[in-house]
Amino acid sequence: MKLTLKVWRQKNKEAKGEFKTYQADHVSTDMSFLEMLDVLNTSLIKKGEDPIHFDHDCREGICGMCSLYINGHPHGPLQTTTCQLHMRTFKDGETITIEPWRAGAFPVIKDLVVDRTAFDRIQQAGGYVSVNTGGVPDANVIPIPKKVADEAFDAAACIGCGACVAACKNASAMLFVSAKVSQFALLPQGHAERKERVEKMVAQMDAEGFGSCTNTKACEAECPKGISVTNIARMNREYLSAMFTNYKVEVGGGGD
Amino acid sequence: MKLDSKIPDGPLAEKWTKHKFNLKLVNPANKRKYEVIVVGTGLAGASAAASLGELGYNVKAFCFQDSPRRAHSIAAQGGINAAKNYQNDGDSIHRLFYDTIKGGDYRAREGNVYRLAEVSVDIIDQCVAQGVPFAREYGGLLANRSFGGAQVSRTFYARGQTGQQLLLGAYSALNRQIANGKVKMYSRTEMLDVVVVDGKARGIITRDLITGKIESHSAHAVLLCTGGYGNVFYLSTNAKGSNVTAAWRAHKKGALFGNPCFTQIHPTCIPVSGDHQSKLTLMSESLRNDGRVWVPKVAHKGLKAKDAQSIPEADRDYFLERKYPSFGNLVPRDVASRNAKMMCDEGRGVGPTGLAVFLDFSDAIKRDGRKTIESKYGNLFDMYKQITGDNPYEMPMMIYPAVHYTMGGLWVDYNLSTNIPGLYALGEANFSDHGANRLGASALMQGLADGYFVIPYTLGDYLANIGWNDKVGTDHPAFKEAMDAVNARVNKLLSIKGKKTVDEFHRELGLTMWEYCGMSRNEAGLKIAKKKIQDLKAEFWQNVDVLGSANELNMELEKAGRVADFIELGELMVDDALARAESCGGHFREESQTPEGEALRKDDEYAFVSAWEYKGENQPEELHKEELKFENVKLTQRSYK
Repeated sequence: MKLTLKVWRQKNKEAKGEFKTYQADHVSTDMSFLEMLDVLNTSLIKKGEDPIHFDHDCREGICGMCSLYINGHPHGPLQTTTCQLHMRTFKDGETITIEPWRAGAFPVIKDLVVDRTAFDRIQQAGGYVSVNTGGVPDANVIPIPKKVADEAFDAAACIGCGACVAACKNASAMLFVSAKVSQFALLPQGHAERKERVEKMVAQMDAEGFGSCTNTKACEAECPKGISVTNIARMNREYLSAMFTNYKVEVGGGGD
Repeated sequence: MKLDSKIPDGPLAEKWTKHKFNLKLVNPANKRKYEVIVVGTGLAGASAAASLGELGYNVKAFCFQDSPRRAHSIAAQGGINAAKNYQNDGDSIHRLFYDTIKGGDYRAREGNVYRLAEVSVDIIDQCVAQGVPFAREYGGLLANRSFGGAQVSRTFYARGQTGQQLLLGAYSALNRQIANGKVKMYSRTEMLDVVVVDGKARGIITRDLITGKIESHSAHAVLLCTGGYGNVFYLSTNAKGSNVTAAWRAHKKGALFGNPCFTQIHPTCIPVSGDHQSKLTLMSESLRNDGRVWVPKVAHKGLKAKDAQSIPEADRDYFLERKYPSFGNLVPRDVASRNAKMMCDEGRGVGPTGLAVFLDFSDAIKRDGRKTIESKYGNLFDMYKQITGDNPYEMPMMIYPAVHYTMGGLWVDYNLSTNIPGLYALGEANFSDHGANRLGASALMQGLADGYFVIPYTLGDYLANIGWNDKVGTDHPAFKEAMDAVNARVNKLLSIKGKKTVDEFHRELGLTMWEYCGMSRNEAGLKIAKKKIQDLKAEFWQNVDVLGSANELNMELEKAGRVADFIELGELMVDDALARAESCGGHFREESQTPEGEALRKDDEYAFVSAWEYKGENQPEELHKEELKFENVKLTQRSYK
């Protein structure tokens, strides 16, 4: 296949970016999208041009590191990660536009690489169960109905790639945050802290500058892991319930 | 140099308990006076950093990815073993210990492996308490499956994404400590050297991958949790970024490297499709629970999966079931891999390259229904279809072995300490628990065992012994010297401006390693490989082309440093494979096989751990041998017939 690629190039965070056009002439349909870029990069290096920078690591659709906004869709036309997108999805002679995730909370670092540490900070705000290592009960002490465990798993399958934010016209992170809130709201292990958790995570989400949810469901449609917007509904319920009980816990202190 | 494994005396089942009691403790009020560096945030690193933070130590954690959650532990699919015996099928700590020692072909320490089996039960409790959504039965209790050659069902799993869920559990514990201020996280930061002063590890040198800034960090102890080195083969199931650099830098500063040639080749991976291939994708070996492996009895060149049905049942060779009737498709990984290679070497391989065998689910779908198979393997089938374009519900998968895990790693004693005091290695980065072959679902177990339940005890003993005043600041000349060396290397890589890309060198190294130091090895081939690698190293430092500058995000520069280290490691792997003229586990020396073509161990000569000592640039490394003593198991030739 022969393809024309319009790629966003940006030297660094401060620099002004622009699209550059490249020709990719020997593209095999078996290549993954990232392998197609690898081949292009090799040819750029041979010409003495700076290769296109993009994030990637596991290349098997689970680490969440790859991104790329391809032809107007995060991770491209299929509901998968970019590393699992193969060139057989495209047509010979096609022009493909490749951009970084666009969101105020995800500043561009270079070319197609963006800074997603806002996601980490949201998880640090409350995306955990407060148990120390050791001293926990036997794993089978609390039976959890299979249906509940499966639903919690569905939420926990989020890979933290940020496609939901990139897909959303408001750059909202509701799907990402609600997936973690849901996982712990469903499981008995998460119940003790469910109210503080949702309050803290939502507060951090707002502080990072993500937009609000206006129920377009673009996030669900583009999520490579099929995370459902019912999680957002659940998070809203959790949040309301936390607001009404005004449940605040002071952190710190201990025995004497 | 005398290698002391520090295995405690006493009966096997009491060693760890006794050892824990004998270890010194750090007073709770004094823990905050200590600083610990953790490099890598996979299962071992994240669990260690979180647990040490909880205890009150001040931890600095580092990862090269943009977030600690990306570490490659996340990609582990199948599950995690634990001797819970929830299924009442005869499992016990001793049986898990025995299976692991035997599976490792008697090249691991009894004491280490027993401890691993012992703490396995605590890991499951810990993960469930963190909210890890393991698979459950309708009654609400945890589900188990049999995995990779085990005759009991002791594997806990979360669909085909167990590694992801366990890592996110450890990541959540890590996040809690980051929020508490006990762990300071440095992402997109790569360790490029370790600093040793007065014989003790005192800190590390890092490069900020965004700004290129080289920095020093000092601490009372350094934990390397940096994973394996399978990417020395270029094509492997490892993440693209997985590398040996941290471990190799430590090795060059004096840490011994244990059993470098012990590589695990995983049998169920998606075959190579062309020269553009950048990595290989693993399909969980849990697929072998229901899939049947076969090739045609007579060669059918280029047989496609969609035409597999044209081969009648009588003309199919279910070679694993035929050769190993009692284990069938569930033989250990090394056996399954080697047999697939043998079939392809005989010319009976399938697919366009002839380097593939079928993994067929049609009988299982007939027996259990498509829905059941979908619930067990749905995500794996989807993944396969996405990559190959073939639908495994309708035709067999094609699989071929690929490099997956490295049992070798930095040599450590029972306390997970390298021979450099204060420098520890955890998880896949150490060599310790899997011998010459790792059993399925044991990598996750070992990573978490090391991080949650071993290092919090053994590190405390070291810190209590040295005291908090025994620390060297980053103003010490040794830090300056190490920073200068790192800067010089970075500048050297940028100044060569040769003709070949970093990837071209990496591919060439990988081909050599796969050809001569892969699934089967022989003396003549290994000698060829050694020469090729030496030549490649010389060429690399004269002809590599790394564009860009040191003071920016420069992924070619990152890769170049890693590939330079892989080339050196490759040579050591070949040396190790040459020195071990026996077959054991994943290491198959063609000169040492039974009349039936199975691996032949030579316990009289080779029941030892190889621990290699770096002796200087372009000098041969020195081999030290740690003799393995077996007091609780009888060494037998593995048989899965």
